[in-house]
Amino acid sequence: METTVLTFLLFILVLAIFLGVEIISKVPSLLHTPLMSGSNAISGITVLGAIVAAGLAKGVGNNDFAALLGGIAIALAMINVVGGYFVTDRMLEMFKKKEKK
Amino acid sequence: MDLNTLINIVYILSAITFILGFKLMSSPESAKRGNLISGTGMAAAIIVTLMDQHVERYDYIIIGVAVGAAVGLWLAYKTPMTGMPQMVGLLNGFGGLASLFVAWGEFHAHPEGQGISGGLILWLTAIIGSVTFSGSLIAWAKLEEKFISGKPITYNGQQIVTGAILLGVLATGVLFAMDTVAPDAYRYFAVFVVLALALGIALVIPIGGADMPVVICLLNSYSGMAACASGFIIQNNLLIVAGALVGASGIILTLIMCKAMNRSVANVFLGGFGAAPTGASAEVFGEIKEVKASDAYLILEAANRVVIVPGYGLAVSQAQHAVRELTEALEKNGADVSFAIHPVAGRMPGHMNVLLAEANISYDAMVEMDAINPQMDSVNVCMIIGANDVVNPAAQEDKNSPLWGMPIIQASRAQTVIVMKRGKGKGFAGVENPLFFKNNCRMLYGDAKSSLQALVAEFKGG
Repeated sequence: METTVLTFLLFILVLAIFLGVEIISKVPSLLHTPLMSGSNAISGITVLGAIVAAGLAKGVGNNDFAALLGGIAIALAMINVVGGYFVTDRMLEMFKKKEKK
Repeated sequence: MDLNTLINIVYILSAITFILGFKLMSSPESAKRGNLISGTGMAAAIIVTLMDQHVERYDYIIIGVAVGAAVGLWLAYKTPMTGMPQMVGLLNGFGGLASLFVAWGEFHAHPEGQGISGGLILWLTAIIGSVTFSGSLIAWAKLEEKFISGKPITYNGQQIVTGAILLGVLATGVLFAMDTVAPDAYRYFAVFVVLALALGIALVIPIGGADMPVVICLLNSYSGMAACASGFIIQNNLLIVAGALVGASGIILTLIMCKAMNRSVANVFLGGFGAAPTGASAEVFGEIKEVKASDAYLILEAANRVVIVPGYGLAVSQAQHAVRELTEALEKNGADVSFAIHPVAGRMPGHMNVLLAEANISYDAMVEMDAINPQMDSVNVCMIIGANDVVNPAAQEDKNSPLWGMPIIQASRAQTVIVMKRGKGKGFAGVENPLFFKNNCRMLYGDAKSSLQALVAEFKGG
C-alpha cells in the first residue's frame, strides 16, 4: 500500500477515535446495554468489505473461492447489522418515563 | 458526477449518521431516533456499495444478505432481555469472524502478494478477528453456563502458554508480511489464524463469570478494531470511522467497569480474582437475623422511602415483573421507590436498567450509585435483590478484603436493610458479606421471584 494512502487512513483513524471517546463518554450508564448492541450493529460495517470480496468477477484467477469467503463474511456481518439494530430498537422502546402519581 | 464520487458522498453521510446515532444516545428520549438514523445510514452505505462497478456477481451477496438478515432478525426478537449479555457476546464474535473472512478473501484473491504494509494489515485484521471470535465464543459459553462452567479455569504455567502463543502469532506475522506471495505465505496465514484462535480461548478461559462484563466490553471494542483494520485492507474510510467509534465505545465501557471494581484491565485478564493472597480478612461478628415475608411486609408497610438494589440474582430468577408489582404496591401505600444500580450489577453494563425497563419501570426511578449514596441516610428500607458484592461494606471497612477499594452502594446506612437471597452462599467473589451480620439487616431467604410475590400478596391482603 502506498505510504500516502496509509498515512491518510491513519489520520482518519486517529480523528475518529478522539471523536468516539468524546461522544460516547456522554452516554449515560442507563443506556450502556443498548450502546453495546448498537455498537454491534455498527461493527457490521465490515459487510462493505465483504460485498467487495463476494462481488469479484467469476472465473478470474483465484476469485471464485475468495468470493465464497466474502459471501460467508456478508452473512456474518449482516447478522450484526440486522440483529444489532433491531434488538437495540426493541430495547430502547422499553425505556419510558411514567407520570409520577 | 461519476458513480465513485456518489458512493463516497453517501459514505460521508453514513459516517455522519453513525456519529449522530451515538450522540443521540446521550438521552433515553432521543436514543431510539438515533438508532433509526444510524440504521438508515447503514442501509444507504450497503446499497451504494452494491452499485459499485467492481461488484460483478451477486449470487453469494444475495445468499449472504438473506441468511444474515434472517438470523439477525431471529436473534433480535427471540432473545429474552435476560439473555442480552449472551447475544452481545455472540455478535462480537460474528463481527470478528466476518473481518477474518474479509482478510482471508482479500489474501486469497491476490496470490501475487501484497507488500509489507499490506501484509501487516492483513495479518492484523485476521488476528484481531480471530481473537475476537474465539474469545467471544468462550465468553458466550461461560455466560450460558451450558458447555463450560462460569468459573475461572486455570492451570499451571497458564501465563507462559498464553505468552508463547502470542509470540507465535507475532513471529508468523512478521514472516508473513515479509513474503505474502501464495502459496508459501498460506502456511503462515494458516498458522497465525489458528494461533490467534487459540489465543482468544487462552485469554478468556481463566476469567470468571463475574468478570464477564469487562470481557464483553473489551471484545466489543475488538470487534470494532477488527472492522477498522479491514477498512485499511479495502482502503475504505467509512469502515475506519465506524470501527474506531465501536473500538472507542468498548474501551470506555471496559474502563468504567474496571473502575467500578477498583481493578485494572491487566488485573482482570492476568490476575484471576482473589488469586493473590491478601491476608486474612477481618472476622465477622454478630448474627444473621432471618425474617419471613410477613415480617418484611410490616417493615415495608411502614416505610416512606424505599431503595431497591438489584443484582444478577434478579435476572436469574426472572423477577423483574414481580419487582414492578411490589413497586406499585409500595407506591400505592405512599412510599417513594427508587432503584440504585451499581455499574457492575448484572452481567453487562446497563443490564439491570434494561431488565427494569422491560418490566415497565420508569427510567426516572433508576439512580446511579454516586447519586444514591449521599441520600442513603434518609432511606427507610434498602431492599437488596440478588446482589451481594456491590453492597459489601468490607470494600470500605476491611483493608484485607479482596474487595477492598471497590466503590459500593452503601446499603448499610439505610434504617433497615432487607436482603433477598437464594441461599446462604457467598457472592461471586467468594467473600463473606459483613452487611448480613449488621444490626439493621434482615435476611429473606428464598427465590427472589417467590419472595417478591409473597410480599405483593401481603400488600394485597393487608
